Parts: sequence; structure tokens; C-alpha cells
Amino acid sequence: MGKVQKKKSLADKVRKTKTSTEIKNNPFEVKINRKKFEVLGQKIKHDVGLPGVSRSKAIKKRKDTLLKEYKQKNKSNKFIDRRFGEYDTKMAPEDKILQRFAMERQRGHDKKDVYNLNEEEELTHYGQSLAEMEKFTDAGNSDDETEEKGLLSAELTASHFGGGGGLLRKKGPGDQEEEGGQRTKSRQELIEELIQKSKQEKRERQVKKEEAQELTEKLDQEWKSIQALMVKKTPKDADAEKTEEKPKVEEYDMMVRELGFEMKAQPSEKLKTPEELAREETEKLQKLEADRLRRMMGDEGRDSSQHQVHMSADDLNDGFILDKHDKKTLAYEDGKWNIEDESEGGQDEDEAESGEDQETDAEEEEDDDEDGKEESAEEEGEGSIEKEDDDGHSDLDSEEEESENEEENEDDDVVSVPKPKKKSVTKEEQEAAKAELPYTFTAPENYNCLKNLLNCHTPDNQRLIVARMQKSNHPSLAVGNKLKLQNLLGFLLEYVGELATRNPPDLLTVDKLIPELYTLCQMFPEAARQALQSIMGDVAHSMEEVIEVNGHAPFPTLDMLIYLKVIALLFPTSDFRHPVTTPALLFIGQALTKCPVRSLQDLTSGLVLCCLAVEYVSLSKRFLPELINFLFGTLHLAVQDKTSLGYSVVPPFRRSGKHCDLLVVSDSESISSWSRKSLPLSACKHLELEEDRDRDQHRLTCLSTCLDLVKRCCLLYKELTSFTHIFQPIRVLLSKHLSSQTLPDSLQELQSEIVEMISSAPAAHRVLVFDKKKPIPLKLLTPKIVEVLDYGKKRGSSREEREQERLKHKYKKEFKGALREIRKDSRFLAREKLSEVMNRDAERKRKVRELFGSLATQEGEWKALKRRKRK
Amino acid sequence: MAPAKKRNVKPEKSQKGVKTAKMDPNSCVERILESRKHANDVFDLLELLQSEDEKVLISAMSACTTLFCTLLERKELFTGKLHPEDEALIGGFTAEEKCQIFMRHRYNSCVEMLLEQLSHEEFNVKENALCCLIKCATAQGRHPLEDLDWSEHYSFPRELIQAVVENLVSKTTDNSLLISRFQQFLEMEDLRFYVMSSIRESVGQVMEKNKGALMPVYQNNVFTLMTNINMPSQESELTSFMVQQEGEVQPVFSYHKCLEHKRVFERMWLGFLKYKLPSNMYKKILVILHDSILPHMSKPTLMIDFLTAAYDVGGAISLLALNGLFILIHQHNLEYPDFYQKLYNLLEPSVFHVKYRARFFHLANIFLSSSHLPVYLVAAFAKRLARLALTAPPTALLIVLPFIYNLIRRHPACRVLIHRPSAERELIKDPYLMDEEDPAMCHALDSSLWELKTLQNHYHPDVAKAAMLINTPLSGQEDDINEVLEITTHERDLKHSQKKSVPLEFETATQLLKGGGNVLGQHFCLN
Repeated sequence: MGKVQKKKSLADKVRKTKTSTEIKNNPFEVKINRKKFEVLGQKIKHDVGLPGVSRSKAIKKRKDTLLKEYKQKNKSNKFIDRRFGEYDTKMAPEDKILQRFAMERQRGHDKKDVYNLNEEEELTHYGQSLAEMEKFTDAGNSDDETEEKGLLSAELTASHFGGGGGLLRKKGPGDQEEEGGQRTKSRQELIEELIQKSKQEKRERQVKKEEAQELTEKLDQEWKSIQALMVKKTPKDADAEKTEEKPKVEEYDMMVRELGFEMKAQPSEKLKTPEELAREETEKLQKLEADRLRRMMGDEGRDSSQHQVHMSADDLNDGFILDKHDKKTLAYEDGKWNIEDESEGGQDEDEAESGEDQETDAEEEEDDDEDGKEESAEEEGEGSIEKEDDDGHSDLDSEEEESENEEENEDDDVVSVPKPKKKSVTKEEQEAAKAELPYTFTAPENYNCLKNLLNCHTPDNQRLIVARMQKSNHPSLAVGNKLKLQNLLGFLLEYVGELATRNPPDLLTVDKLIPELYTLCQMFPEAARQALQSIMGDVAHSMEEVIEVNGHAPFPTLDMLIYLKVIALLFPTSDFRHPVTTPALLFIGQALTKCPVRSLQDLTSGLVLCCLAVEYVSLSKRFLPELINFLFGTLHLAVQDKTSLGYSVVPPFRRSGKHCDLLVVSDSESISSWSRKSLPLSACKHLELEEDRDRDQHRLTCLSTCLDLVKRCCLLYKELTSFTHIFQPIRVLLSKHLSSQTLPDSLQELQSEIVEMISSAPAAHRVLVFDKKKPIPLKLLTPKIVEVLDYGKKRGSSREEREQERLKHKYKKEFKGALREIRKDSRFLAREKLSEVMNRDAERKRKVRELFGSLATQEGEWKALKRRKRK
Repeated sequence: MAPAKKRNVKPEKSQKGVKTAKMDPNSCVERILESRKHANDVFDLLELLQSEDEKVLISAMSACTTLFCTLLERKELFTGKLHPEDEALIGGFTAEEKCQIFMRHRYNSCVEMLLEQLSHEEFNVKENALCCLIKCATAQGRHPLEDLDWSEHYSFPRELIQAVVENLVSKTTDNSLLISRFQQFLEMEDLRFYVMSSIRESVGQVMEKNKGALMPVYQNNVFTLMTNINMPSQESELTSFMVQQEGEVQPVFSYHKCLEHKRVFERMWLGFLKYKLPSNMYKKILVILHDSILPHMSKPTLMIDFLTAAYDVGGAISLLALNGLFILIHQHNLEYPDFYQKLYNLLEPSVFHVKYRARFFHLANIFLSSSHLPVYLVAAFAKRLARLALTAPPTALLIVLPFIYNLIRRHPACRVLIHRPSAERELIKDPYLMDEEDPAMCHALDSSLWELKTLQNHYHPDVAKAAMLINTPLSGQEDDINEVLEITTHERDLKHSQKKSVPLEFETATQLLKGGGNVLGQHFCLN
């Protein structure tokens, strides 16, 4: 072993001497790691190994560390070499020595001789070392030369060359002691003095400087205290300017900073040309119309409009959807689109997320896009709606708009100032009329307040009051205003009802109040819904009760008719199901079936209801059997001869009886004199027809209204498959009975037109079949395809998992390495121990042999001596 | 005879009456009961019975009742055949008997007066009189005035009850309130028994007199009284009697038997129904017929004539007769020719508007639930209902549509009505003949339910939704018709009242009459 090690160490030595290239080129040193596969573009660190080199390195390192520790084992004291770089293996020995030398010198330099330049420099004079020369002189001095000379020369050297004092000092201390008392100043003393002087000067300078500084500071402070006075007194003073410079700079900085933080100017939308505006308007209307149509179709339509949802291979087709497609219907709310802020916020978050991690699905992006579109549409809508509102106002009275605007400005200072006079005279006049109205109104606390407020005003002024009330209590102005205005809406509706119940009904005011109701309703749809629903519910409920008792009910009063009309104005009538309009339409239907016609007044109410019904379904073209029944019954009332009917009448009308000839014209003369004019709405409430003539006129008007409504119904329901069956009784009635009666020409015309329309409708239809159902597609078990963006990394796991994996791997590697190292260490130590033991044994053997040898020589000598003695 | 007596005594009474006008009836009663000396005070009491004052009248009535009930109890009234008062005074009677006869006559006149009071204007008086009469009857029943042997005969004051009933079912005034008061006494089995028989007699007499002409008030009264009779269903329920027999051996009389009750009940009704009735009475009878008349009859089949006649009347009456007919057909083996054809012809537009719609559809559902019906018949029903649905109100539509669907579900052969893939491309006119009365000839099977297609555009969202069902194959499960039968429009509305957002009209409203096609504005003006 020892030999091997020796060899090895020898080899190491050899290796050390060789350069790395030499080693690498030596095929005996190189071990090539065989690769199984050649991978293109792969960089391999360990294709070539140098086992010898690395082993020798490892051994050396162990020797330096482990062996030493081993040697130090069980030793209580320790030898520490504190020389610089003693344990630094990286340093070359030469460097170490150099460094140590430098440090030694520095140490000496630091401690003394701060001013001793060129301490170690060899001073020469004529190529001879001065030190040598001094030594010579000293030698001369000591060799009995004149002391003065020597001294002189020494002084000279000191004054001239200043340098070698350090050396001299050490050389002749004895002399100095001897001569110190005699000379006033030795060279050393001189130098010391010099030094002291210079130090003192330095100190003085420092002190002066400090004092000056202190003084300036003091001055500054004093200045600051009087600065304010100075500025006020003489702003243009030079000093003041100087002092002002500072704040100026600050201001500037601030400005700069502000500008830095300020939002960058964003590109604004370009001004739109009138054409663009018009196009936008039409687009908006188209959108709204499409929306209305969608609601009209109801749930059924909604389903079909939803685009095909992607179905993955893992979908069980059990209808379970993880992420809901919970889109709200697009509609107005508070005059805005009802897309909630939440959804916007959510979308923002989505966007932010997509910014953060790039893993946004295509679907999500699609959603975002859609949202974006909607949002933009919303903005457009909002703008234009406001515009529309404004238009609505300005249509009626433009000058009022101005006053309103102004009043808005004045809202802050509540004091109502009479309006400054305007330019034109007519406006002044109008102003005069309105001048008595204050500009701000508090919202009424209860219904009576509102009634008292509005009662004594003209319809126009009433409208103005409500408008102003609304403006001055706008929800954005104060917290409680929203509630106030909601209450106002309820009161207004109540007021409308009351106006209609008055005798005579004040419908003009109702008419004027409609725009205000509309705006309020746009602001508070929920409140409007509640108010109207409760009104409708009460009336419908009481009617139902009456029906339960009597089997029939009286016709709804005029206020109810007005409410129904208001509902049609405020809410969309074409919705498949609407919380307000659907009950209203149901109410109309019920009234038309359950209210028997007993007078011309009843009939008028019925016709109003029919008109409303036609209006309600005019857009959606929904089928309203009650409407047809009622119109048919009304026509039946006009038939003179009720003996042989070719049709059967539907309740509430009867085939014949007390009130069955209500519309039969009594006097044929009135037929010729009849001319069509609109019936007053108040006829539903109060109808006084004294003379037969008037009554006939009314009858004919009703009849014409009825025929016109029938015509409209024909147009509405032309598309229905059962059109002919629905209108069959009417056709029979018109063609067989009414046509034979004498009627005004216009009515005859109308009637023949209707008959024509009914008979021309196609009777043949396609037989019914179920809707073609899309076959349920087979479940395609396509593999799930995941886009891989980074190759070579472990996939299918999150970042944390990957990190954990990595750490585990590293730990394993480290563990193995450590284990190997420990084994190697122990092997190394064992080897060392063995070699120690061997060495010890060898030493012992050598010593024993030596002893034996000496003993043998002793023995030999003794024997030889003995032999000699014997000899 | 009694009125004559009364008149006889009147003059003296009136004189006394002046004196004792303020006499307390109760003290008077006490005096009379105390001794016979004061027997003549009875006249004062009877006079009070004719008082105008309501309070006096009522107190007098109760006083009379207590008086005569006590007298009956004491057996101080003459029993047996009563002689006229004049005769009695002459005849050979003891003083005691004379007195009894006198009192008996007073009792009779008292009862008469009470009966008169039954037609008083004031309800209070009427009610009191009725109660008093019943009390008297009870007392009289316990202590019969006829001299009969208890063990053989059961004496019930038949005449009294008969008189009460006749007064109750007045020909001129509507006594329904009083009759409903009377109902509480009808809980007593024997009373009810005799009331029933007296009703029958009364109806027979009165209607005969009028030669079968309509008497709405009288018939109404009789009807009210008859409907107020609650028949016992089991013999064991016969427990409460007005007249309880004393003695250990309780003789069994006819009214102790449930069957007898039924028989009387049946005769009463048949007697009543024999005559011509006002049409609303028909309806009323038919409404309760299946529920409270038929089960209590001993032979319900006797009603067949009445029911078939009603069924042939047409309209609502026919609809109502269905129910009774159904019970007869179902439980009593009635065979009714062309029943389904008649049912088919009952389907008129008015079916959807009458009050008894729910009942009709309930029955129609039962009739058509048989799976052995021919397909053409079911198809005819479905088609006709669909056609009629074109004029029906939404509440009816919500019944009719599931009804039609149920028909199609039960008879898969009817599916061609909504799904005929063989002739998909053809355009055909509706071959269905609405006016054809025979369902076999109306070609319903060749038709399609285009009406339902039309109803898909109905304004009521639920109806439209229900009509949409024909677009896809119907589900296998039948809808429960009975659930939807009673739901009103209002209840339906309530279900849908909650909604998140309220869509608004986007067209700005400017004027009252504008908007919505301006139909209203064209025909009406504001003032």
C-alpha cells in the first residue's frame, strides 16, 4: 500500500507538472463516457472524464482537510499558523510570500514614520550608498575623528537629505545621549519641532474653518427668521430673489412630478358626422327591436338563440353545466342598460387575469369579446337614450328646457331667483305665465300633498311642476331622493287614476303627465312595476270576487282603462311574459269575457278595451280569442233579424234577449246623415244620449269602430293557421246579415273588405308534424388535446409540483453524492491508519534491527577482544 | 171551529185587555197554573199573542208555551175526541172535564195563532213562533192528546207538524232563513220523518191545485227545506228522537228504520221532481243530485227519467245531468244509448264559459279515460275541443290543452292529429266537419290540430307554452287534469309575479293616446 501511495503521489507530482492539455491528450488519463443515443443539439458536460486527475485532487483535498482533522483528533491544543494565507490553498506560495512581505511593510509604515518617506529606499550619492557612507563616517568618528565634523556632516545630511534619520537613529543612540544636553537642538528635535509645528498649524486651520462654518450657519438661521419680512417688503430684492429661487424649484419639481403622474391624453372618439349619427341611431333601434323580438318569443326563442355549446368528450350529457351561461336579458334599467356593474367588474378581473397568466382559454376570450361589444353598445345606448329623453322634452317646449337647465345650475343655491329676461318677446310672455311657478319643488310626502300642489294649475303647468320636482330631487343630488321620486311615481299614478275618475274626467292633464310618468318609470322600473301591479291586482281581484258571486262583472271604469293604456305606454307589450303587461292583458281578456254589454256606455268601454287589446298585441300578433269574441258579439248586436243565425254567439253575449239590439239603428234617416268622428273617452264613464238621433249616431260610430277593429284583427291574425275558422262566424254574420241591412257606404265598404279578406285567406295547410329534432350526436371520445408550449419540461403538473419534484431529485442526488463522499473519506482514513501502522511497524523493525546490529557488533567486538586477550 | 170560538170570546177579552194591558205574561201564567179560578186570564194571554209590539209578542209566545206545556204535562188538557166548545158546555161533562175542554180549545187557538205568526215580517217573531211550536209539539208528543194505547201506537203530533210545514213552505215569501233555523230540529229522526212525508203531501196538494204550473217561491221554499234534510246513512245513527218513549218495551215504528227513511225521502223528491221546475232550480237540483240525493234513495234508478230529461234539455243543465247519469251508469248499470254522441254534442262554445266547467271536464275526463273507446271518437273529441278552444278564455284553455294531450296519450292512434309524417308536404283543407253531429262522420281522424298551432300564438304565456308541446313528441306521463281544474287566473298570476328586472318600453311616450299602433287614438279622443 505504501508503495502504491508512493507511486500515486509520484504520479500526482508528475501530473502537477504537466499542463492540462497534456493530460487530456494522454489516452491513459482519459476515460470516455459512452453514450447510448446521440441527441442532436444536446450539450453534454461529462463526455470525457479524467479519473486520475480527479482522484488525485480528491486525495489532496482529503489530505488537507480530513487528514489534518484526524491528526488533530484527541488533541487539546492546537497549532494555528496565523501567517497570512497559511491555510489558503488557492494561493500560490509565491504570492503568499509577496503578500506577507507587503503586509509586513505596511504594518511598519502604519505605526510610525508617517512622514518618513522613502524609508527603505536606498539613498545614493555618486553611485554609492549613503548608508554605506554614513557607516564609514561613523566608523571614522568612532575611529577618533573630530566630533564636530562628524556632527556637521550628520547635520548636513539631516538638513540636506532629511531621509535616513530612521537608520541613523538606530545606529547611534549612544552618541545622541551623550550629546543631547549640549546642543540646543539636535536634528531629531528639529524634526520633531517641525512636525509639531505643522500639526499645530493644521489644527488651527481646522478650528478656523469650523468657526467660519458655525458663523455661516448662524447667519443663515437669522436670515430665515427675517426672510418673511424681507419678501413682503421688497419682493424684487436680490436677496429675496435668491431665496425665492428655492420654492420656485420646488414648484417646478412638483409640476414635473404632477405631469409625470398625470394621465396621458387619451384618444377621444372622433366627431361623428350626421350620417354616422343617423346610422348609429338606426343600429341602436334595430338592436332594441331585436331584443324586443327575442323577449316576445319567450323562453322558447331564447333557447334557440343560444349558440351551440361546446361539448367535450368527458361530457356525460346529463345536463350538468359547470359554468352557467347566465346572461341577463338586455333591457333598460334606470334609463340604462341593465347589464350590471358586477359583470363589468368581473370582466375586468378576467382581463387582469389574462394579463397575469397566459392560460386564457379561447372561450373566455370569446366571452370577453362579447362583453366588450355589449359594453360598447351599452355606452352608445346610454348616450343616445339620454339624448332621446332630452328630445322628448324639447319636442314639447324648448324654452322650458332652457329654464330647466338654468334651474339645474341654480340647484346648488336653493334660493329661487326669477329668471332673467330673454330676448324674444314671445318667450317673455311665456315666461310671464310661468314666472309664478317656483323653480324647485320638494317632493310630496303623501298623495294629498301632490294633489294639493297640482290641483289648481293648468295641465301644462302641472307637467312643469312635476318635471321640476323631478329635476330638483334627482337621485344624484341627495341620498333620500331616490325614495322620494319613487313615491312621487306612485302618487302620480294615483293622481292619474283620480283625474280619470273625476266628473268630467280630466284626461288632458293625464295626457300632459304622460312624459313625466315615462321618465320616472325609466328611472325606477321596479317602483313603477310595484305601483301598477298593486293597482291592477286590486282591480282584478275585486272583479274576480264579483264574478264569483254574480258570474259576471260590470265593465272596468275609465280610470282602469287609462291605467291599461298607461301600462302599454310604459312597458313593452310584446314580451312573452312581462310582470306588468301580461297581467294587464289578462285583465283585458277577462273583462271582455265576463262583462256583459247592457248599454251603449258598456259597449263603448268594451270597444276601448278592444282598442287597447289590439294595441297590446299589435306587435307580437298574439292571438286573443276574447277580442274576436267581443267584436263578433258587438257585430251581433247590430243584426236586426236574429231569427235564423248561421252561427253561435259566445258569452258574454247572448243569442237574443234584453240587450241584444243595442246597435240596431232605429231610424234609417240617421244613416245618411252619419259622419265618422272620434268618440270621447269619457263616453265610457258617462253617456247621455237623449235623442234617438244622437243614439243612432253613436251606434254607427261604435259599429264603424268595431268593423275597423275587426279589419285590424284580420290583418293581425292573417298568418294563423286557423284564421278562417276564427273568423268564420264573423264572415257569416257580415255576409248574410249585416250586408242586407242598410248602412252608411263607408261601413258597407269596410265590411265587404273584411269579408273579402277572410274568404281570400288560404284554407289549406300543411299537416302537423313534430319539429324535426336534431339527432343527438354520438359521443365522440376524441382525446383531449392540450397545447404544449414548452418542451422538455415535465408536464401535466403545476408549478409547485414541479418544484417539489425538482427538489426531491436534487436531494436524492445530493444524498448519493454525500454517501459516496463519506465512503471515500472512510476509505481514505482507513488507508491512512494502515499506513501509519505500517510505518510504525517498519520503524520498530528498523530499530530492532539496528539494536540487533549494534548488539551484534558489540558482541563481535567483545568476542574479538576476548579472542585477542586469549591470543 | 176554533177561530169561531176565538171570535166569540174576543169582546170580553178586549175589555179585560184594557185593564191588564200591562200585565206581565209570566205572572199571568203563574196565576193560571196556580188555580183554575184564574183560568179566564188565558184570554189575556192569547190577546197578547196578537200584539203589535214585538217584545210583548215574543214574551207572550214563550209564556203561552210554558203554560200549555205545563198543562200538557199535568194532563189538564182534554184528551180524546174534542167536542165543540158550545156542545161541551151543554153536554154532560163534569166541571173538571169542562175546564179541560175549555183549556184544550184555548190550546188549539194558541197553536193556530202561533202558526199565523210564522208568516210575521220579523224574523225574530217567526223564529220564536217556530221554536214555541216545536216545543208544543214535543210536549204534545210526550203527552198525546189522542186517547190511545201507548204500546200499540206511537202518537206523533202529525197534524201539528203538517201545519208547521205548510206554513214554512209559504207560497208568497221566501222562508229560507227560517227553514235553515228549522234545520236544527230536523236532526230529530222522527220529526224529520214526518216532515218529509208532510212535504210530499203538501207538494202534491199545492201542485195539483195549480195544475203543475210553476210556483217559483213555493218551489224554492220546498227545495230549501228538502236540501236541509240530512239523511242518516246507517240505522245506528238513528238516535235522537223528539218523542222518547217510556217503558221497557220499545215498539219499533217505521221511522226507526233507515230504509223507511230512504223510502220517504225518495217519495218526497220524486213527488217534487214530478212537476215542472224553473230552470235555475234544475241546475240547483242537479248540482246536489249526485252528492246528497242519489245516495239516500232506496232506488236511485227511479231518477233515470228525470236525468235523461235533464240531459236532453241541453246547455248547462245537460252538463250537470252528466254527473247523476254517470253515477247511474257507473253504479246502477244504466245503459244509455248514444251516450258519447250526446256528450260530443254537448261540446259547445259555452262549455268553456259556464260555471260548471271544472265539473264537466272532470266528468268528461272520466268518461274518456276508457281505453276501449274507438279512435275516431277520441279524435273527434280532441278535434272538437281544439276547435272550441279558439274561443275559450285562457283559464279554460289551460284545462283543455292538457285534456287533449291526455286523450292523445291514451290513444296513441290519435297521434296523427299532431304528427302525420306520411303527408308531410301536402297542403290540405281541414276535412273536419264541425256541424256533423255524429262523431263517426266528422272526419276528425283525417284532420290535424291546427288550432293548437294557432294557440301557440296565444297571448297568455302559459297557454302558449302549453300549446308548444305539440311541436315535440308528448311525454309519456298523463297530466293530472284535476289539479288544473280549480286554478283561477289570479292564482296563476301570483305564481309569476316575482321577476328580477322589468323591461321597459324604449319608445318614448309623449301622449296618452299615442303609441301601440295608435288604435285608440284613431277611434277615441280625450274629451
